[in-house]
Amino acid sequence: MINEAAVWAIVGLPLLGGLIIIAGLRPWTQSLWRLSGYVGIGAMAGAFALSLWALNSVRGHHGESVGFDPHSWVTVGGDAAEGAFELTIGVLLDPLSAIMAVVVTGVSMLVQVYSLGYMRKEADEHSGKFVDYPRYFAYMSFFTAAMLGLVLAYNLVQTFVFWELVGLFSYLLIGFWFHRPAAAAAAKKAFIVTRIGDFGFMLALMWLFSHRDEFLVRGQNPFEIPDINSAAPLLSAGLVTWAALGLFAGAVGKSAQFPLNTWLPDAMEGPTPVSSLIHAATMVAAGVFLVARVFPLFEASSSVMNVVALTGGVTAVLAATMALATTDIKRVLAFSTVSQLGYMFIALGVGAPGVALFHLFNHAFFKCLLFLSAGSVHHSVQTFDMRYMGGLRAWMPVTYGLTIISGLSLAGVFPFAGFWSKDEILAAAWAVDPSAPGTSAVAQIVFWLALIAAGMTAFYVFRLIIMTFHGEFRGGIDAVPMDERIPDEAHNHVHKGESPTSMVAPMLVLGVMAVISGAAFNSVTKLGPVPAHWFSHLFNEDSPELVAWIAVASMTVALGGIVLAIAIYGLKLVDLSRMPKQWHALNRVLEQRYYMDYFYETLVVRRALFRGVFLASDWLDRKVVDGTVDFVGWTGRNAGKWVAQLQTGQVQAYGVGVSVGVILLLWAYLVRS
Amino acid sequence: MLERLLILSAILFCIGLYGALSRRHVIAVLISVEIMFNAVNIALVAFSRYVQPAAFRATGEVTAVAESTVLAGQSFAVFVIVVAAAEVALGLALVIAMLRTKDSVDVTEASLMRR
Repeated sequence: MINEAAVWAIVGLPLLGGLIIIAGLRPWTQSLWRLSGYVGIGAMAGAFALSLWALNSVRGHHGESVGFDPHSWVTVGGDAAEGAFELTIGVLLDPLSAIMAVVVTGVSMLVQVYSLGYMRKEADEHSGKFVDYPRYFAYMSFFTAAMLGLVLAYNLVQTFVFWELVGLFSYLLIGFWFHRPAAAAAAKKAFIVTRIGDFGFMLALMWLFSHRDEFLVRGQNPFEIPDINSAAPLLSAGLVTWAALGLFAGAVGKSAQFPLNTWLPDAMEGPTPVSSLIHAATMVAAGVFLVARVFPLFEASSSVMNVVALTGGVTAVLAATMALATTDIKRVLAFSTVSQLGYMFIALGVGAPGVALFHLFNHAFFKCLLFLSAGSVHHSVQTFDMRYMGGLRAWMPVTYGLTIISGLSLAGVFPFAGFWSKDEILAAAWAVDPSAPGTSAVAQIVFWLALIAAGMTAFYVFRLIIMTFHGEFRGGIDAVPMDERIPDEAHNHVHKGESPTSMVAPMLVLGVMAVISGAAFNSVTKLGPVPAHWFSHLFNEDSPELVAWIAVASMTVALGGIVLAIAIYGLKLVDLSRMPKQWHALNRVLEQRYYMDYFYETLVVRRALFRGVFLASDWLDRKVVDGTVDFVGWTGRNAGKWVAQLQTGQVQAYGVGVSVGVILLLWAYLVRS
Repeated sequence: MLERLLILSAILFCIGLYGALSRRHVIAVLISVEIMFNAVNIALVAFSRYVQPAAFRATGEVTAVAESTVLAGQSFAVFVIVVAAAEVALGLALVIAMLRTKDSVDVTEASLMRR
């Protein structure tokens, strides 16, 4: 049985590691730069071991939390005994947070091992520039620590604090190469767009606080997650609906769901392992986690559940279509992540948080692997543009095999990991009681949306594999025109060969997980030491039924997508350049991501905000606010000027004034009396 | 008789005031000020001679306090003459200082305190 200090250490170890790197190693990096990577990995390994211990401790709890009482943090309004409001701080250890902690620490550890090889070039580029390498590992440690703090938070204010820290470190990591304008802009965009959602989170917190009486009469706290979850069915409808919607806005921003999905593709400007970590476990998973964390609150309002499910469904299809026409390998994967997160929100929206977490769990492994493969490919050809790749399987057999495995897993092909969770999501959407008022239609719609997206997923991932690894080699970085290259990489060259061991080894571990994580952890029957439906029972959910026709249908759709991709890109049965004009127009719309960026940046920001709102407030500031202040000053100055003209320096003129005054006074005195 | 003296005093005061405000020569201004002093002196002495102190009217008998006020106006006039003499001495000193610095005795040119 784990104790509380050990749970705190899960957050504390990466934090400590980051501090050691940034304060202890970075200033003396000339000789010690190599250590920083090992410190980061060591701290993460410790946190991973503790997370496994924590997971082992919650196994028998049937979805209940291990009772660690929270500690008083801030007390508002007098003594706690007199009914004052108390803000607490603590760790909440239950199956949800334990699973998340294991995934986050595990993936982060593997990604950092991979980074030893991938970021090696940041250290000694003939110039003695060693500071970026420790900076990278420090950020990675802090980033993971922030996510772990979010996962283990006991109340929503604590969640919010770590939520923002995750946002901050994602900003720093996406903008790691801040000297590249595109990276700096992408980091800013990621931060600002997610802030829009965070504003909703903040409003939800204020809403909860302003309705704290509903909690306080029951002796509960409006911010503590267990209290919210146990009180949710009893709270008034308005409180539940708006609180849930606000929290969902935060989740939409963080998880890049429609309509805040534009930041994630741009976030590809960061180093590839960072993308991998962001997409697998650390940043975008936070949105799904938040909804699952306060799931009873969402469950209490069927309209919010519909919003969640529809957002997920629309995003799953929309992002998948965007991935169809993209040629940047990392952006295809980014759209894929958005789409897969849509699946998780579908699962949440139809009332199956365990299934959503299971998909998150599987997705973490195969998506992390896909990104690391993309990084491995980049290590060889030095570009991310698939138009300049092709034929890489000749010298990258391991990367090729692992990409196929993770691709099949992403496409949802039996028996790879993705199949099991995707099938459970479809089954959960289908299983929604058709007689329940209001929800059945939405569940049906999102079921079909998810099925369509499944086909497109299979298509784009195999398009990616074929364009990258099959056919003729199209030259890599050497073939990219000079003016399209990033200045840093302008003089890089292709090197034909497999990536170093430090990169391949973590990929192999993830490859194993990408194959077995679905079948082994939530298997249909008992598998050796693992009981049947271990994952579902961990969340105290019913064993999912394997609906045969849904499994067959999703498999058929996925295989159809794969066959189509092979037919078009592998066998070239269709000549894409000779398609009708409408096809090219559609292609352009998809390449431009439905002009969403154009809409946001040009229309909303530049036209509506810059020329409308900002100009109006600028006018108000200049004319009204400044004008008032200026007028007061002008009055004083000019009144003084005018009065000063009376001062002539002529004694006799003053004398006349005094005399006239005296006469006037006398006259007034005489008239009065 | 008191009215005539007061009218004389008022006329003298107005002449002095007019001179003090209108003449540009410093000495003329000083002389005008002297005329105003003397107008005031006439008024003081006239009041002293013709107006019975209130202390006499109230009780009808001569007390120490009432006796001391009988010549108050006349002695005040003496003080005024003394102060006026001092003022003239100071004024003439100023005239000489002005003559030395500005080489002029025109009061309109003594405007260094102007803004």
